Amino acid sequence: MSNRAFAAVAFAIALAIAAASQLIANEFFFSAAYTVLLYVILATAWNILGGYTGYVNFGSAAFFAIGAYTTVALFYAFKAPLIVTIPAGTAVAGLAGLGLGYLTLRLRGVFFAIASLALAVVLFTFVVNWDFVGGARGAYVMQPSEVPFGLKRYIHLLFAIEVLMAAAALVIARAIETSTFGRGLAAIRDDELAAESAGVPTLKLKIISATVSGALMGMAGTTFPYYLSYIEPSSAFSLSYAVNSIAMPLIGGMMSWMGPLIGAVLLGTVQQLVQVTISSAWNLLIVGVLLVLFVTLAPNGIMGWVEAWRRRRNS
Amino acid sequence: MEFPTALLLNAIIAGLLLGGFYAAVSVGISISFGMLDVVNIAHPAFIILGAYISYIVNTHYGVDPIAVSLLLSPLFFLLGMALYRVYYLCFEKRGQESLRGLAFFFGILFITEVALILIFGVDYRTVKTAYADTTLRLGVVDFPLRLVVPFLVSMAMVVGIQLFLTHTFFGRAVLAVAQDQLALRLMGVNPVRIKELAFALSIATAGVAGAFLIVIQPVEPSIGREYIGLVFAVCVLGGMGSIWGTLLAAFVLGLAESFTSTFFGPSWAPAVSFGLLLFALAFRPAGLFGR
Repeated sequence: MSNRAFAAVAFAIALAIAAASQLIANEFFFSAAYTVLLYVILATAWNILGGYTGYVNFGSAAFFAIGAYTTVALFYAFKAPLIVTIPAGTAVAGLAGLGLGYLTLRLRGVFFAIASLALAVVLFTFVVNWDFVGGARGAYVMQPSEVPFGLKRYIHLLFAIEVLMAAAALVIARAIETSTFGRGLAAIRDDELAAESAGVPTLKLKIISATVSGALMGMAGTTFPYYLSYIEPSSAFSLSYAVNSIAMPLIGGMMSWMGPLIGAVLLGTVQQLVQVTISSAWNLLIVGVLLVLFVTLAPNGIMGWVEAWRRRRNS
Repeated sequence: MEFPTALLLNAIIAGLLLGGFYAAVSVGISISFGMLDVVNIAHPAFIILGAYISYIVNTHYGVDPIAVSLLLSPLFFLLGMALYRVYYLCFEKRGQESLRGLAFFFGILFITEVALILIFGVDYRTVKTAYADTTLRLGVVDFPLRLVVPFLVSMAMVVGIQLFLTHTFFGRAVLAVAQDQLALRLMGVNPVRIKELAFALSIATAGVAGAFLIVIQPVEPSIGREYIGLVFAVCVLGGMGSIWGTLLAAFVLGLAESFTSTFFGPSWAPAVSFGLLLFALAFRPAGLFGR
């Protein structure tokens, strides 16, 4: 399927889901689905750098929070609406990815991983001490009382936006995967030295990959302050974003755009159920255990099983 | 305005004492990451685990937490051996350590933290020691014993490790693993075995450092994260795997944090180590004392 056809199909499905969701009366569905979709975007974004290029980003929460706090800052400063803050947050997070990549991607991969973790803590401390966006107390961002497009409640709008964003992330990921750019990234992942000697501009490709990945994570964060009408640093920088955005692609499979989608939908749904029925600490434990189990026992994830099964059937 | 001499002196002493503790926290990473090339992101988790074990024994039997940690360090040694064996079989042997190995350790870090939260909750825990409330005063300078005792034990431990690495066959084999594994194999030494034992040693130091931590400050499960940046900052600044470098870098970091919290406020202190780490990675990846 060509990229354009895939994009048409993806956005058509997204619009259909957004329209069909209007028939659902259960309000919990929207808040649960919003969170799952958030993870679809984060996992897909993480996979662009992690799965395609082979560089581990532990700072997903930092990029996510950059998106969220750009919204808060612009809202406090100019009462900016979402239509302004979404591109702004995406751009700022992309710039952060570019900067971090420019500074550390010329070193060994592990240094990028550690620096991404460092970025999360430095930004967290910065936001905690930044009174304009509420500091450690957090900030209130009121949902507008009038909901556009004839939707019933604001969470319905957030849900629809999130569906479209997830579709956009998947379209971008798939387009990268099938392009020359994506082949360059795969060459870096498999053998960076060989790629460099074969003429792949490795540093440039890695930096672009880090920028796109960071921008998409920031985009996921931009609507988050409206979700609960309240945001505080430790929820925006929560380690569970970092863990989930690593665990989901690893569990789903890192080689294609479908892996993070499957991983995020499965793991995200399970977590929503566990959170309601048991407790949120348990659901984090489940994610951690699944991450370790999959990475040791099934390194290619669910998509790896599917591949193996398909190969066995064909032979 | 009069220059605050007393404040400055106290900041220096506090920074040096803190630096001594940081050396104990990071010496394990200098072994595992600096020498063995095993990126053990979960190192702080074992520090917190050590802190909680000292806490349990201390509250039930009243034994000094540092003594407990030294007595129990063989347990941490065995834990380290087991962990390295899993890591070797699942990742290093298959050549997947760079991505999946990292994710593995990240998962271990996360599981330990959440498990401790489920068992002990998020309350801060403290220990009782004979010296915790005593502070020696020399002129205007304070020497709180809850910092001095961990400092002294830590110095003994770090110097001991350095002597061990340079003066025994096993220690030299560890240094050789860091330089050339193939050559070591040709000499008839199994590098995997050496790495296993050295990694176990690094986890054992984490257990002891955990006892220092809970003597110095109250502990709750998620503070381990703050130490991830710290241990890697010290290791990188110290020049990756040099024990003396680690010690010096730990002092630099201790002083930097002490000055930050004295003159800018404690809420900025966590950013210092990570900020220094980002700075080091961006501009001086070979470390302060690197080639």
